[in-house]
Amino acid sequence: MLCDVCKCNDATVFLTQILEGKMQKVNLCDACSKEKGVQDPTGFALADLLLGIGAAEEIEKGASTQKCPVCGFGQSDFKKTGRLGCSACYVTFAEGLNALLKAMHKGTEHVGKLPERAHRAIQLNHRMRALTENLQKAVAAENYETAASLRDQIKQLQSELPNSS
Amino acid sequence: MKFSNVLATAGEWLRGEGPHHQVVISSRVRLARNLRSRPFPGWAKKAERTSILELVRPRVEELSEMQDSFSESLQDLSALDRQVLVERHLISREHAAKGVGSAVVINRRQTLSIMINEEDHLRMQSIRSGLQLKQAFKLVDKIDSALESKLEFAYDRRLGYLTACPTNVGTGMRASAMLHLPGLVLSELINQVIQAVSKIGLAVRGLYGEGTEAMGNLFQISNQTTLGEREDDIINRLSKVIETIIEKEHDARQVLLQKKPNTLSDQIGRAYGVLTYAHAMASKEALNLLSIIKLGVDLGAFPEERRFSIDELFIETQPAHLQKTSEQKLNAEERDHLRAQIIRERLKLFPRPDISKLAREPGNGSAKGPSNNE
Repeated sequence: MLCDVCKCNDATVFLTQILEGKMQKVNLCDACSKEKGVQDPTGFALADLLLGIGAAEEIEKGASTQKCPVCGFGQSDFKKTGRLGCSACYVTFAEGLNALLKAMHKGTEHVGKLPERAHRAIQLNHRMRALTENLQKAVAAENYETAASLRDQIKQLQSELPNSS
Repeated sequence: MKFSNVLATAGEWLRGEGPHHQVVISSRVRLARNLRSRPFPGWAKKAERTSILELVRPRVEELSEMQDSFSESLQDLSALDRQVLVERHLISREHAAKGVGSAVVINRRQTLSIMINEEDHLRMQSIRSGLQLKQAFKLVDKIDSALESKLEFAYDRRLGYLTACPTNVGTGMRASAMLHLPGLVLSELINQVIQAVSKIGLAVRGLYGEGTEAMGNLFQISNQTTLGEREDDIINRLSKVIETIIEKEHDARQVLLQKKPNTLSDQIGRAYGVLTYAHAMASKEALNLLSIIKLGVDLGAFPEERRFSIDELFIETQPAHLQKTSEQKLNAEERDHLRAQIIRERLKLFPRPDISKLAREPGNGSAKGPSNNE
C-alpha cells in the first residue's frame, strides 16, 4: 500500500482518527509520518494532513466521472497527483474544490494582488475593503488619528469609483 | 552567462550580510503563475509543454533584471549541474527531475531564479541574505508585473491566481526564511517552537523544503496558506513570527552561556576537533558540526572575519558541489574523504576556539535586552 501523502513510498504507519463524527483513515510512509509529526501525538494535526486526501474525496463526491471540457482532466487524476489539469478545472470541479479550499486556506476569496489587466473597479473595491477593515481596527484600538485619515482616504476613493451608489 | 560562472561565484544571499544574518541565513519569496487556458505542466503533453516554454522563455530572458542571465533547458543540464542548483536553492528538487520542456533562468547576482514548467508554468523566486522578506517580495512582484504585461496569466476574480495545486491558489506566494537555530536545538526547546509555529498556520521544514530532514540546525519557516490574505499581510505576519524566533534563539544562547558554559565549550571544542582531524565526513555530520562552529563565531569563540569561510563550507561540502570541484563523479566514500580534506584545509587557517570569550557577552550585538514586544 502506498503512502497517501507522497504516493511513492510504501506506507508503514496506519492511522485512524474520528473527526467530526466521521472515521478517517490515513496511511503514511515513514518519512511522511515524521514530516507531518505523526510520531509526536501533541504536534499532530490530522486536519492538515487530510487536506490532500480529503481533496480527492470531496471531488469524488461531486461527480466521479466528470472530465474538464478544456483539458480532459478527470477527478481520478486529481486523486493520483493532488494537482489539477488546467485553470478551467477550477470551474469544472468548483463544487468539490470550494469545500477543500475553505478547509485549506484562511479565507475563500483572494484579496491580494490583481493583474493590471483585471478591471480597475475590482482594484478599487479591494482597496476599499482593506481601508474599511483598517478603519474598523483603528476605531477598535481607539486610534482616532489613524481612523480619521482612513476615513478621508475612503471618501477620496468613493469619489473615484465609477458609479458609487 | 555560462554554468561555470554561476558555479564560480557564490550567490549574493550567501556572502551578503542581511539583517539578523547570525540567525537568518536567507529569505525567499516565490510566486506561482500559469498561462490562461493552457494545461498545467504536470498534465500537458510534451509538445504542449515545449510550446509553452517557447512562448514564455523569451519573455523571461528579455526582462531587464535578466540581462546577462544564466538560461538553460533542464534537458541540457547534467544531473550533477542540476543538483548544484538545488544545493544553492536556485531550483527545486522537483524541477531538477524535469526534462524536455522545462527551463530555468537565473539573474547574474543569483538573487532571482525563474523556473519554467515546474509544477506551474512559472515559478519566480527571489532570494536575499538575512531577514529581508519584504525586499525579496518587492523584486519578485516587480518581475511578475513586468511579465504580466506580456503574458496572460490564469486569474479568477474570486480565487485569484490559479495554480496546479489548490494549496497555492490566491496569491500563489510562498515566503520562507532559512533559520539557523543551534541554541534552541541544544536547549531542547526547538520542538516547542515548531509546534507553536505550526499552530498559527505556518510550516517548518528541513533544509531542502517539503519532506526533507532538518540538518545543521537549519530550519525553513514559511506561510502555509495563500488564499484570503494579502501578500503584505502574509509577509508581515511571517516576519513578526521570525523576529520572535530570533529573540528566542538569542535568549536560548544566553541561558546556555550562563547555565551550561561547559556543555557549550565542549560542543564547540569537539566540533573543532573532529572537523580539524577527521578523514571521512558524511554530509550530515559536516553540516551539524559546521553549525556548531558557526555558533562559535556568533558567540565570539572564533574571530568574526572567519565567518564567511564557514558559511561557504555549508554549500561547498554538499555532495554535488564537492563533485563539481573535483571534476569527477565520486562515490559516497570518496566524497566523505574529499569533504573531510576540504574542511581540514580550510580549518588550518582557523585559530583554536577561544573559550574564555564565551563566558562574556557575545560580540556583534546579537544579545538583545528583555523583549518589550507582546
